[in-house]
Amino acid sequence: MSPLDVATLRKDFPILSRTVRNDRDLVYLDSGATSQKPAVVLDAERDFYETRNAAVHRGAHQLAEEATDAFEMARATIAAFVGGHVSEVVFTRNATEALNLVAYAFQNATADAGPDRFVLEPGDEILITEMEHHANLVPWQQVARRTGATLRWFGVTDDGRLDFDPSMITDRTKVVSLTHQSNVLGTINPVAQVAAAAHEVGALVVVDACQSVPHMPVDVHALGADFIAFSGHKMLAPTGVGVLWGRADLLAQMPPMLTGGSMIEQVFMDHSTFAAPPQRFEAGVPNIAQAVALGVACDYLTDVGLQAIHEHEVYLTGLALEGLAGLPGIRIIGPTDLADRGGAVSFVADGIHSHDLGQVLDDSGVAVRVGHHCAWPLHRRFGVAATTRATFYLYNDEQDVAALVEGTKRALEFFA
Amino acid sequence: MNLESLYQEIILDHYKHGRGKGLREPFDAQVQHVNPTCGDEITLRVALHDAVVQDISYAAMGCSISQASTSVMYELLNGKPLGEVWPIHEAFVKMIEGRGKVEPDEDVLGDGIAFAGVASYPARVKCALLGWMAFKDATVQALGKDYT
Repeated sequence: MSPLDVATLRKDFPILSRTVRNDRDLVYLDSGATSQKPAVVLDAERDFYETRNAAVHRGAHQLAEEATDAFEMARATIAAFVGGHVSEVVFTRNATEALNLVAYAFQNATADAGPDRFVLEPGDEILITEMEHHANLVPWQQVARRTGATLRWFGVTDDGRLDFDPSMITDRTKVVSLTHQSNVLGTINPVAQVAAAAHEVGALVVVDACQSVPHMPVDVHALGADFIAFSGHKMLAPTGVGVLWGRADLLAQMPPMLTGGSMIEQVFMDHSTFAAPPQRFEAGVPNIAQAVALGVACDYLTDVGLQAIHEHEVYLTGLALEGLAGLPGIRIIGPTDLADRGGAVSFVADGIHSHDLGQVLDDSGVAVRVGHHCAWPLHRRFGVAATTRATFYLYNDEQDVAALVEGTKRALEFFA
Repeated sequence: MNLESLYQEIILDHYKHGRGKGLREPFDAQVQHVNPTCGDEITLRVALHDAVVQDISYAAMGCSISQASTSVMYELLNGKPLGEVWPIHEAFVKMIEGRGKVEPDEDVLGDGIAFAGVASYPARVKCALLGWMAFKDATVQALGKDYT
């Protein structure tokens, strides 16, 4: 049973009432890529532009004050949403930029003989996992290349779990960066356990929380993270705003990635000094209306209840795994049990490429993701070029899962 | 637009029974192309002699559209002089990228017109062109080798 009243929630999302491909009802199972937005969030974005639009942190006029207040109140809401302090929340464009901001702190500190915590030398190790999204993989490849540090990774077991080998964490390990919940497998990783081991050797812990913060209660201190990154658009907010949460003492030491207006303390013709966090990391006019709308999205999710959303998604995942298991030639890529698992179900069908499977599903009105989902090495690990992925959110229901299973059956028949 | 007009019988046939498959010797140029959005890839070789396509051979991994369009390309272009090849190539690309607004000429494209439906699905355009772009690249490289 689902703890959510989905029928009522669905009314909050205008897009869910449209049809696609020959008047079929939209079955949106691609929230892992981006979520749909409730009217209250869309209204907040529009309301900002209609009533308070001004650049933040500059100007002394009333609109500038009101815009700044709205922006900073959103920051406070988001900080509370993940259990952090308001000064620890940095607005970015998206989670990719948030992860790069940390990666660049290591690169820039190394180039400039900056604070020890962020300086990497040959022999130092960066530890990630084989299930990372490219956004938490490619930036670390770049850091390793530019600093001489070595990139290492935990493997993934055949059933899609993290192959956590504590002996890989040594005195050489300077940073451990891993996803909280895999965007392909749905696996929820034992971040607290990994973080405890990393902290024992003094390594910093970065968590890609893109697929967890929108879907379950997340507390940065319970996770034991030093940094977490997530995207607004995956949690009911508009595109263009993401968040880096970082421990205050670490942010205070970190060099900026982007420099320019509004991130400075003093500027002279030959040098500048930088503002304290979070402003140090927010050069230029930010995506203000989108940040304000993200604050409203957090309130909406809090009202619905993150634990209830998680339980709802686990319930739908169970139905999907069961339904797909009843079809011939389907292989799930990821755990087939529901322990420590979120609502991403990826699978391959014998003899059908995921693009073709996705095309038949699309023709049935079912929107899924096909391809490697920006986790190419993970797909290689499982010996597949591409998978079909369904991801669930609070507005999906049993009928959506049934449409997925029915559409997949239709594809199997079509290409038989 | 419906599924049957996208996946015409002729496409499914070429998908299941690809023509000219496999990598063969001799060849003048070999290229590897990938579709970074889905990970599909093709390794394709071209052998030229006196500006005539002697052989197109390939190993590919991908969806039905990309596999079938490469197979149809093999049938359409293999053995033809480049003077006939390029107009066909150009017409195919134009049709696929035409968003359904380009009327394909069966006299030029032959079985290639089965892919007209792909133009209505922008997300599949790259699939249909994977082999064709690899062929163009390989042929240009092979020509470069001939004349330098």
